[in-house]
Amino acid sequence: MANAKTALVLNDIYKSYGDLEVLKGVSLTANDGDVISILGSSGSGKSTLLRCINLLENPSKGEITVGDESLVLKPGKDGNLVAANRKQLEKMRSRIGFVFQSFNLWPHKTILENIIEAPIQVLKQSKAEAIARAEQLLAKVGLADKRNAYPDNLSGGQKQRVAIARTLAMDPQVLLFDEPTSALDPELVNEVLAVMKELAEEGRTMLIVTHEMRFARDVSSQVVFLHEGQIEEIGPPDQVFNNPKSTRVQEFMASHR
Amino acid sequence: MSWEWGVIWQYIPRLLEGAWLTLELVLVSGLIGIALAIPLALMRASSRTWVKAFPFAYIYFFRGTPLLVQIFLVYYGASQFEAVRESFLWPVLKQPYWCAIIAFSLNTAAYSAELFRSAIQAIPSGEIEAAEAMGMSKPVQIRRIIMPRAFGIALPAYGNEVILMLKGSALASTITLLDVTGMARTIIARTYTPLEMFLAAGMVYLAISALIIALFRLMEYRFNRYQYYHHTDTPEDLDPQLRDQHIDS
Repeated sequence: MANAKTALVLNDIYKSYGDLEVLKGVSLTANDGDVISILGSSGSGKSTLLRCINLLENPSKGEITVGDESLVLKPGKDGNLVAANRKQLEKMRSRIGFVFQSFNLWPHKTILENIIEAPIQVLKQSKAEAIARAEQLLAKVGLADKRNAYPDNLSGGQKQRVAIARTLAMDPQVLLFDEPTSALDPELVNEVLAVMKELAEEGRTMLIVTHEMRFARDVSSQVVFLHEGQIEEIGPPDQVFNNPKSTRVQEFMASHR
Repeated sequence: MSWEWGVIWQYIPRLLEGAWLTLELVLVSGLIGIALAIPLALMRASSRTWVKAFPFAYIYFFRGTPLLVQIFLVYYGASQFEAVRESFLWPVLKQPYWCAIIAFSLNTAAYSAELFRSAIQAIPSGEIEAAEAMGMSKPVQIRRIIMPRAFGIALPAYGNEVILMLKGSALASTITLLDVTGMARTIIARTYTPLEMFLAAGMVYLAISALIIALFRLMEYRFNRYQYYHHTDTPEDLDPQLRDQHIDS
């Protein structure tokens, strides 16, 4: 994919909480269709990196570009960067899908209402259009019969599949997954991974923070290993999993077999 | 001791007249109270000090002083200012009815604002983050996610506030209004049957409370439907072939 278009560029992202520096200059480029898994032990900054991309966390330094549009940032009061223009931030967020570890569905809305909310309110789709698309997506994640249920009626795996459908309803250019299976019972993990694998095969651009090693090896085009806020190693899965250059990655892989 | 059933029967229509005024006071000040409480609660939940300073002081004052004092302040206090007596507000402020409405509204607004504020802050942050992450603007988040969610959370506690307001409304009788309590006192002054009349008045309050409780149950069932809903895949959710079988059977 030598001439694939870039979908997402992170340039030199720093993030500190007070004196604690969590990210120390991370740069990463995702081309259209790339599936990038981000691995690392806990506290290595994986989730923080993902959350900095759509400014759920405010980075201290760095540049974020989605497609060919750079997010305009300015220094905020606490020294971190904030969006200079809220409208631009909202527009960019609507193009970046984010799937949370804890699903974050709205419990007072039905499954269908959860999915059509943002397309109607943000993308200004008509209700009929949004419902038609939502029903397609529910069928895709295997939950067509749950459209009138509420999130509390569903299992964790089903909730996460709905959350993925809710994100897809925005037709995002890039999908970010923040440990999407970490809050699930082991027997429910596979149903979510199967949906994600299907998305990867469709050629969607995805950044996945995960602890599912086998999944990461199977679906990724690139694997990033973060250590103490920096990229320790990056490469195709075959290299990072089987022949890592860094001894730290070697140790990590050995302990995760 | 003599017990006069006859007096109760005779004056029931007057007590019901009083009940009507009581209901009116609670309803009108309740509605004005909510209208004031929502912006106060949103300001109070803000992270900016200068935004939350006013609602903080407001709520502090109205929760920290007796309702009776607040009623007297409006009723006796307002007329002390010549500026008020000569202003366009005087036709309103000279009537005890509107004085009671003003005092009740300001009072319940303070309590309700605090309820809504705690409900807003009780929304799990992830639900707001999801709205943020999808690119919703703040006004859309407030209108579509935060307010409906906070309303559902606050509803049981707000029902309680309305019951408390109902009982607080008895203080309207101290500024000559003939609500249930005012009416009972007037009748007692005429008939000297305090036991019968206060007991009858108590029963009227009890009936109104029961009505309010039932109303809030209903609203809770409607607005917090997700807490009571048990999902079974309905026939129209099944695929057409299965649906036909389902309907046949």
